[in-house]
Amino acid sequence: MEKHILLRHRDVENIHQLDVYLEHGGYEALKKCVTEYTPAEVIDIIKAANIRGRGGAGFPAGIKWSFIPKQAPVKYVVINADESETGTFKDRELLTFNPHQVIEGALIAAYAIGAETVYCYYRGEFMDIGYNCEQAVLDLRERGMLGDNIFGSEFSCEFHNHYGAGAYICGEETALLQSLEGNLGQPWSKPPFPAVEGLYSKPTVVNNVETLANVPPVIMNGAEWYTDMGTEKSPGVKVVCLSGHVKKPGNYEVIMGMSYRDLIYGEDYGGGMLGDRAFKAMLPSGGSGPVVTAEALDAPIAFEGLDAHGSLMGSASVIIMDETTDMVWAAMKMIEFFKHESCGKCTPCREGTFWMNKLLHRIYEGHGTAEDIKVLEDVAKQIKGKCLCALGEFAISPVLSTIAHFLDEYKAKVQVPA
Amino acid sequence: MSDQVTLSIDGVEVTVPKGTLVVDAAKRIGNDIPVFCYHPKMDPVGMCRMCLVRIGIPMFERGTGEPVLDEDGKQKYMFRGLQTGCTVQVSEGMVVESNTEVVEKARGDVIEFLLTSHPLDCPICDKGGECPLQNLTMRHGEGTSRFDFSDKLKGDKHVPLGDLIFLDRERCIQCARCTRFQAEVVDDPVIAFHNRGRRLEITTLSDPGFDSYWSGNTTDICPVGALTTSDFRFGARPWELKPSASICPHCPVGCNLTFSTRREAKAGGKQVIKRVMPRQNEAVNEIWICDKGRFAYHFVEDGERLQTPLIRKNGELVEASWDEALALVAEKLKAHKATAAGIAGDRLSNEDLYQFQALFREQLGNGNIDLAQRRLAGGDVVAQVGIAKGSNLLDLGAGDAILVVASDLHEEAPVWWLRVKQAAERGVTLVVVNPRETRLDAYAAHTLLYHPRKPLETVKQLVDTAKVELDGELDGLQAAAQALAEANNLVAFYGYEGLSYEETDSLARLLGNLLLMKKGDAVRAGQKNNGLVPVWPRNNTQGAWDVGLHPAYGPGYKKLAKAGLAAEGIYAGVAGGTVKALYVAGSDPIGDGLLAGRGNLEFLVVQELFLTATAQAADVVLPAQSWAEREGTYTSGERRVQRFYPSIAAVGQSRADWQILAQVTEQLGGEKVPFAASILFTQLAKKVAPYKGMDYRGLAKVEKQWPDVGGDDLYYGGNAYNNGSGLGVQWAAEAESKSLEAYKVSDVEANKGKGIQLVSAPALYRTGSLVDRSSVLAPRMAQPEISFHANDAQLLAVEDGDRISLRVNGQVLTATAHVNGQAQAGVAFLRGTAYQPTAVPQRIEKVSEKEA
Repeated sequence: MEKHILLRHRDVENIHQLDVYLEHGGYEALKKCVTEYTPAEVIDIIKAANIRGRGGAGFPAGIKWSFIPKQAPVKYVVINADESETGTFKDRELLTFNPHQVIEGALIAAYAIGAETVYCYYRGEFMDIGYNCEQAVLDLRERGMLGDNIFGSEFSCEFHNHYGAGAYICGEETALLQSLEGNLGQPWSKPPFPAVEGLYSKPTVVNNVETLANVPPVIMNGAEWYTDMGTEKSPGVKVVCLSGHVKKPGNYEVIMGMSYRDLIYGEDYGGGMLGDRAFKAMLPSGGSGPVVTAEALDAPIAFEGLDAHGSLMGSASVIIMDETTDMVWAAMKMIEFFKHESCGKCTPCREGTFWMNKLLHRIYEGHGTAEDIKVLEDVAKQIKGKCLCALGEFAISPVLSTIAHFLDEYKAKVQVPA
Repeated sequence: MSDQVTLSIDGVEVTVPKGTLVVDAAKRIGNDIPVFCYHPKMDPVGMCRMCLVRIGIPMFERGTGEPVLDEDGKQKYMFRGLQTGCTVQVSEGMVVESNTEVVEKARGDVIEFLLTSHPLDCPICDKGGECPLQNLTMRHGEGTSRFDFSDKLKGDKHVPLGDLIFLDRERCIQCARCTRFQAEVVDDPVIAFHNRGRRLEITTLSDPGFDSYWSGNTTDICPVGALTTSDFRFGARPWELKPSASICPHCPVGCNLTFSTRREAKAGGKQVIKRVMPRQNEAVNEIWICDKGRFAYHFVEDGERLQTPLIRKNGELVEASWDEALALVAEKLKAHKATAAGIAGDRLSNEDLYQFQALFREQLGNGNIDLAQRRLAGGDVVAQVGIAKGSNLLDLGAGDAILVVASDLHEEAPVWWLRVKQAAERGVTLVVVNPRETRLDAYAAHTLLYHPRKPLETVKQLVDTAKVELDGELDGLQAAAQALAEANNLVAFYGYEGLSYEETDSLARLLGNLLLMKKGDAVRAGQKNNGLVPVWPRNNTQGAWDVGLHPAYGPGYKKLAKAGLAAEGIYAGVAGGTVKALYVAGSDPIGDGLLAGRGNLEFLVVQELFLTATAQAADVVLPAQSWAEREGTYTSGERRVQRFYPSIAAVGQSRADWQILAQVTEQLGGEKVPFAASILFTQLAKKVAPYKGMDYRGLAKVEKQWPDVGGDDLYYGGNAYNNGSGLGVQWAAEAESKSLEAYKVSDVEANKGKGIQLVSAPALYRTGSLVDRSSVLAPRMAQPEISFHANDAQLLAVEDGDRISLRVNGQVLTATAHVNGQAQAGVAFLRGTAYQPTAVPQRIEKVSEKEA
């Protein structure tokens, strides 16, 4: 891509500095919003552009913003920077090298819903990135672009950074809000949705970093410019985190609708399989989405792109596995992760991930029986549809999808030597 | 829109109030949807996933609002996957499926998950036999386990969270009932989850551990055997236990209790109390009790209980027969008819106190009777404008107000504190008026502080201000007064902290006048959910007023033409020789520092549980039964007459207080002794006007209460006991049937002279003859401490943390000094001492440790 929309630092050096960002049209979108548009008009633009949530769920940001009750006296915008999905590292790059675009997007969101406070919640390991953003906030404040009467308008807003303690579950919005309040990071049963009762029981919008980075360019260029890109259901661009057995792993900003095959093999992207070995399987959305095989390579990168293959794009953390990968091992590693990150609040996830982990270890280590494979599949199905939040529901996909596609590998592990 | 919603659960229609949760709606029609984390007294969290059901919502056309019909012309429903019935509120036309194969499978699945981490040590678990997990496993679980035993996670099994509560980490199913109870219900968030996933565990955040007056309740609502009390754990199996109903004897709330008893060889085959549990009474204690009520019963089984009557012979108290002792008492009283006096304790039952006054007034023709100590006056006012019959603090909500004056409810009457706090959280405007900050202040809309040197000034101002309409900027007192004046319903609690007895009388009358003000066309007093509640110093002070244990009032508040000697007069008479014979029942005036000694008495008879200081000075000591061994009634501060039942056999030859008194009466020529307390109560009810028509059968009446706890579905609300033994009867205040004149309030401000005003601040676990005998509570006892204002501390050369000795009324007390901002200038708050001086100025002097 010649010009990046989100990863602009790749085109403009030092855009993380406020001066540079301003030189390149920075904060024009915010200024336009607060001086020319009413909050309702801003929401209409974002709705028309159909920016879907880049955290993985794909919920349209404009609609989320429109749920916030207009009359509520106190509201909040929270930036979800608890980027923890396995194989996802896009928000990290955005916040490190192009933080102002995210902050600008968040301030526009605050203006649109009538919030006067923005919190940015970083995963605990993002301490250094947070300091980076802290500098950006200080610079803004110094210029009078943050605080009271931004751009001479009626709009006033504060911005605070907060660091988690390193929990995957805190990427779930209600757990994030609990953690932000200083409580144990555990999700709550929705309803109430954060739009009604969020942070400190006040209406709250929680948006992913990348989602907000899309906002300023949409304001500047209009909704149509945005919907002209991508697919009908998934307009715009997406930062894809490519990792695993490819030649050039990394973040790539792609227009929605590009195929996974182009992503892996394209010269400007993955550049092909590592060591030119054969492709075996792909995790399109980190540990949370079911494994797909080569059949899915021509599917488009879009929220709806993998529907036919029983998987999902999610946050587009694409992990590529070649022919040398042991799929039981891969499933075991992912379950270990989910077991480790399960918050323990609801029974099926807490006990189920623990149980699946025990079974997978037994099978992988060669002590398993055919019965163990059956129990493993049963346990995964037993978790399904019973969990309090999505973590537990996602935790079963590594097991069910590897059993569906690679049952032979499981069987081989439990074979008693003749 | 109607406030009622009709839905159908497994084809059965039910109509419930809007906002009801699906599990509660099901409960109304006897469908016990299984739960672990859900508790009807707490907000739902939907974390155990046991209550999964399928819920269908009727579909309507978006535009027209017409119902969407299926091909058979029937209403179409939108179903999602399985949903937790505890988090979903009912809606009109909803259909719930709770008995399908899918639901049954889901329940089995959740049980299987829970059991993978559960140790299944039911044979040695205290909960076994009354365990929701055990019961639901039997109902929904598989007979065998697919989980490999060697995969089980091991956890610590005996983790003391504090002195009173132990945690078994393996048994815990992470339902968070205990942490939510501590945080949401009682606002003592001293336990919490730590870590995550399968390693999620309960831990205590306080020092000392689990520092809360409510900790025992968590063991009742724990759906497994993870939390046990240090008192009961490994003490008995639930199926061996026999429940028997009782009433807590520690404070005026009158919490309904259940004793769990069993016969034990080590007690000679007698019934032994193994534990105390709350018994549901939604108008009194709901399903909660404080830890004092739960753990302070051990005095009953104390080895020092009196076993036989004692008579002083050759200067020594020696064992004697009842016949000999009773004859001697009768003989001596006959000899000193006119110069006899009686001192009773307000811990005694209505029957005891009634018989006590009857003995004096009818047999000796002498009304020299009083309680050992009166701290709080106004019983006569309470009889007129007390909280009206049928009131329930649970019914108060937004638009109503509660006023609390001169009382630290958290220390004096914890369950009232809890109910007032919860009322405030429901939107009741709470006004707190005290001489220092208390724990209730946090929930108050208005707090006012008075100085114990002129405590009534603030209240008088408040009441006067409530009478006038105000606008414009209001100060704190004006805003509080206005809130009280405008409230739809008004309940006023009053106590005595920092007040003299005379001042409490004026306080009652001032508040009486507040309640006699009109709200709209009607006077508040006498209307449901309005009225005065006295925070009496003891459980049955109310009953003492009612039955006429008062020098100036006969039974039923009959003002006597000639008042007898009050306690001070009696004590002075003992010293001066005008009182020759003294009958003491259920109190220890010498031990409590009220009476210097036997003075010039010719005869002293004491009827007691223990050989108290007074008993040691007596000529005859009569062993009385504790309340657990006999039946009787107490009347709570809300004027609810409640029955307690015998649960264990009498200790030694002890007899019930009323019985002893009736036997003395008989010897003096009175009526024959009634053979049962019920007969005496029926006689009493004829004499005590407000008790008219009451009898033991009426007091034992019960009706269905919500939430439905106890019974088969003990998983639903924890295993607090279902109440099958009586909800008690509240008697009507005079204002309910008669219009009353405003009270005249005399301007008594006691002469308080100079010096630091010493005020006794209450402590729940204060050293005293009953609580001291509970070894489980010993480490939690309040330690003597005295708090000064910084200026006073400087004058006395006292620093924070100093151990100081001080001389008060001739007694020397040792306490730790605090200079922590609690005390106003000129006031010192003394807490945790056995001797509680009344609010009079004291010369406080540091005395040397040696002298102490």
